[in-house]
Amino acid sequence: MLAASATLATALVLSACGGGAPSTGGEFTGEYDGPEVTLSFWNGFTGGDGPFMQQMVDQFNEEHDNITVESNTMQWADFYQRLPAAVTAGEGPDVGVMHFDQLGSNAARQVILPLDDMVDELGLSADDFTETVWEAGEYDGQRYGIPLDVHSLAMYYNTEHFAAAGITEAPTDEASFMAALDALQAAGYETPFWMPARWPGHLMFMTLDWQFGGEPYAQDGSEATFADESGVQALEWMRGIVDEGYSPEDVAIDAQYVAFKNGETSITWDGIWQFNDLEESGLPYAGAPIPNIGGQESTWASSHQFFLPRQDDENRMNAAKVFIAWMSEHSEDWAGAAMIPARQSVLDSGALDGMPQAPIAEALDSMRFTPTAPGIGTVTTETLEVAVADGVLGAGEPASVLEEAQGRATQLMEENLATFGQ
Amino acid sequence: MSQTTSPSGAGALATASAPARRLRDHGRATPWLFLAPYLLLFTGFVVIPVVLGLWMSLHQWDYTLPLKPFVGLDNYVDLFTPGSTTSGIFWQAMQATAIFTVASVPFLLVIPLLVALLMNAKFPGRNFFRAVYFAPYVLGVAVVAVLWRYLLDNNIGLVNYYLGVLGLPDDTAWLTSTPAAWVALVGVTVWWTLGFNAIIYLAALQDIPAELYEAARMDGAGRWQQFRNVTLPGLRPILTFVTINTLIASANMFGQSYLMTQGGPGRETRTAIYQIAETGLRNFQMGDAAAMSYILTLFLIGLSVAVFWLFRERKGARK
Repeated sequence: MLAASATLATALVLSACGGGAPSTGGEFTGEYDGPEVTLSFWNGFTGGDGPFMQQMVDQFNEEHDNITVESNTMQWADFYQRLPAAVTAGEGPDVGVMHFDQLGSNAARQVILPLDDMVDELGLSADDFTETVWEAGEYDGQRYGIPLDVHSLAMYYNTEHFAAAGITEAPTDEASFMAALDALQAAGYETPFWMPARWPGHLMFMTLDWQFGGEPYAQDGSEATFADESGVQALEWMRGIVDEGYSPEDVAIDAQYVAFKNGETSITWDGIWQFNDLEESGLPYAGAPIPNIGGQESTWASSHQFFLPRQDDENRMNAAKVFIAWMSEHSEDWAGAAMIPARQSVLDSGALDGMPQAPIAEALDSMRFTPTAPGIGTVTTETLEVAVADGVLGAGEPASVLEEAQGRATQLMEENLATFGQ
Repeated sequence: MSQTTSPSGAGALATASAPARRLRDHGRATPWLFLAPYLLLFTGFVVIPVVLGLWMSLHQWDYTLPLKPFVGLDNYVDLFTPGSTTSGIFWQAMQATAIFTVASVPFLLVIPLLVALLMNAKFPGRNFFRAVYFAPYVLGVAVVAVLWRYLLDNNIGLVNYYLGVLGLPDDTAWLTSTPAAWVALVGVTVWWTLGFNAIIYLAALQDIPAELYEAARMDGAGRWQQFRNVTLPGLRPILTFVTINTLIASANMFGQSYLMTQGGPGRETRTAIYQIAETGLRNFQMGDAAAMSYILTLFLIGLSVAVFWLFRERKGARK
């Protein structure tokens, strides 16, 4: 009878959507002493980061007799499409990891649960994280994500080309960057910096927008602001690279990265998750922070965060929390996946010593995140990515393509706000 | 040998006559019982989704949210209201679908027919060539698209490289400019799927009685006259099927542009299905997406009716 009324109460809380927080299992104690459980763990680490995650999972399984974690790895795009459907159908995972910019959407859809009670127990606090990565795990005043890492754009350059062009240090600002491009051209590398129209073009755009002093989206998720002066400057600079002949015209999907790996281009901006891939390719390369082109040091970044999906089984929830806590504590191992651990204490302990991403981690304070507003990821795909592509390809004037995309982005964001009742 | 086969043949005959008797006994239930498995699948995978989709299109439907407010025909009205969030992108996507369909269907009707005519001739290695033409169809869209994405890349791909070697223009941006992207998408689609239509044509060609050709030759018909007066009329019923099938398949193009051009250069090669998937599955606006798909469906129904009308049996029209 008691159990029945408890279930009823949970059901009532769950159905009173938008109001109070749904139940998140028992209080987190740091231990799990319930019956043996097998947890399904969803993630999107399909690249060079996958093996490192699997190693960590294996180690966790070894250390815990009554918890077995089974990894289910899929492409991120599939992940975000499948997760809400699976959880809604009661077939979701027991624990998972996602990009912070998806937390808002999934929290608003009640796909994931707040984790505030865990935070105190884990002894986690804002002090141990950079402000941006910590805030990125929050939505609507509650914590939904436990940060695992930060990953940003980085500048990769071909050290052979640099040596041939007589460049001794990685460029750090616009003057030295343009000088490097000229030196590379003079040394016979005709197109030293290929400008991608698609991925990661929009990440480069946001980086530059911030550098020129802009902000792509209003923090409260109410409007898009990427077409303002700084945005136009950013896109004009990107197109300028093509117009001035540093990049060939019409760089298609993936071509920029493939060209870099083949030694056809000298510099490329891409995510730090490419380190392992470049390492394996045997290319003579080095990584450095993105140069400060616009005047303010900043780089686009994102963060992988652990989350707890909505479900009914209290034992599983509690075991999942133990898993998340363990993973967070062991985030130094994750540095092997070329990511930057999110915890300051882990960074201070020297987890990045000798790692290729170490120089990029030094720019941690200038890394910038988009807001956690629901649906922001899709808004970017639908509007900003298309505008950047049109601008880089020269299919339209930067100002006008951004203006048009911004209008639609704001419309979509207003619709999102209405849908999620904020 | 013949002794052992004949009794079993007789047995088969005997068992064949038994159900016939039972069918009379059971009366009307029997055909429905035979249909039941199909009807079950048809109801589950066609009727219910169709009705549910219609219902969704009248709501602001996000399946993860508890409230799915009824909005009447608003989703449809939005599609026809310039300046709404859905109308511009939807009609642009419909236009892309139309461009692709108009550009690809003629090739997909004619080239497979030529291939089938060739394959129908007798020459050594015929089966090998049949396999060669059919082989790409076996591949999944992901394989085909990723393969061609690299081959067609204007800066690092082999296609432009070899065009350059041949002294042809080698700077066409196959994936990042229009109309080149359409040429690439249509070309890849034709290469990929022509085997399917060719096989159907081939089967139909083999069904045309040899006596008709013999008689035509006796009457002094040349190769072209044989083709016009024997082959084409013989293919007509199949032609209706192939045309409608190809039209619908082309109008449903999604994977090629999703994987090869990402709908680009900007949004130009984003087809209707692409936009519906984006709106419904990634943006969770399933009401809008359902409304879009009903409008697309209406267009396809109209098109199919037109094709049936064009290919209808015109009794007494000839001769």
